[in-house]
Amino acid sequence: MSTEEQTLEERVREIIIKQVGGNNEQVTNETSFVNDLGADSLDTVELVMEFEDAFDMNIPDEDAEKIQTVGDAIKYIKEHIQK
Amino acid sequence: MILQGKTILVVNISGKRSTGWAIARSLAKQGAKIAYTYQNERFGSEVRQLFEPLDAIDVGECDVASDDDIDKLFKRLGDGVSIINGLIHTPAFAKQEDLSGNFVNTSRDGFKLALDISCFSLIALCKRALPFMEAHGGAVIALTYIGGEKAVKNYNVMGVAKSALESSIRYLAADLGSKNIRVNAISAGPMRTLAARGLKDFMVMYELIKEKAPLKRNIDPREVGDTASFLCSDMASGITGEIIHVDSGYHMIGI
Repeated sequence: MSTEEQTLEERVREIIIKQVGGNNEQVTNETSFVNDLGADSLDTVELVMEFEDAFDMNIPDEDAEKIQTVGDAIKYIKEHIQK
Repeated sequence: MILQGKTILVVNISGKRSTGWAIARSLAKQGAKIAYTYQNERFGSEVRQLFEPLDAIDVGECDVASDDDIDKLFKRLGDGVSIINGLIHTPAFAKQEDLSGNFVNTSRDGFKLALDISCFSLIALCKRALPFMEAHGGAVIALTYIGGEKAVKNYNVMGVAKSALESSIRYLAADLGSKNIRVNAISAGPMRTLAARGLKDFMVMYELIKEKAPLKRNIDPREVGDTASFLCSDMASGITGEIIHVDSGYHMIGI
């Protein structure tokens, strides 16, 4: 894993923890925003907006619906971030 | 600073991505003292944090669907201040299932809920705000959207609620004008607020505005805040019953 990827992962984790809670030990790639961290519908929308702002991207509704875990978010952002 | 010495109540603020916060920030920048409320503790901690640097009055929680809650809000407000110069109304709500698909499927309960929270709450708040404003006049501002004038895809029952809200603006303006209370609304273009971003295909519409609106861009929430500041100020002393569009000019485009 490259340093750059670690940084991106860390940033995504940081955003999630700040928005929905949990800590670095609890938040693994399998952690679900709703089921594990207790995110409500507004949290999930705000999380998407935080990702959009932090990584300068637009996440369409149909993609946003599929981002349910920490791993989903990291994978999606890696694949769609402006290189 | 055009609002020096004025106290303005903002109901309700939901966080850093809310229009209420954008307005409060602009009002404060213009010298107003802000009294603010939030729906419940889901929003309270973030909102209190936002206001920390400002010398603002935390009036606590208010569920605008409850007359009792609105009564309590003004009772708490009265413990700290005896007059207010302005009231900003921001609440709007409809069930998620009523904000997409076929309008004809709107349920009776969904209709009542949307109209109650998004429209009646303005009337209920104005009634309680009267004793704080009637001696010296004041300004009331609500937020609306073009979906109240024209059919906008997915906006559905919220469009009906905004129509009712705009009509209420006119009736309140007519009713309260003799007390020098001015009642206006701002019809804002789409903004990336938390409430809007959750609407179906919001970003599709947001991108479309950049293409169609005369200014070729979306508005910044700050621009709604600055318009609210103007409307609350003495510079707008001759304006009441008006719906001002802050939407990059989109409302007047035909094809």
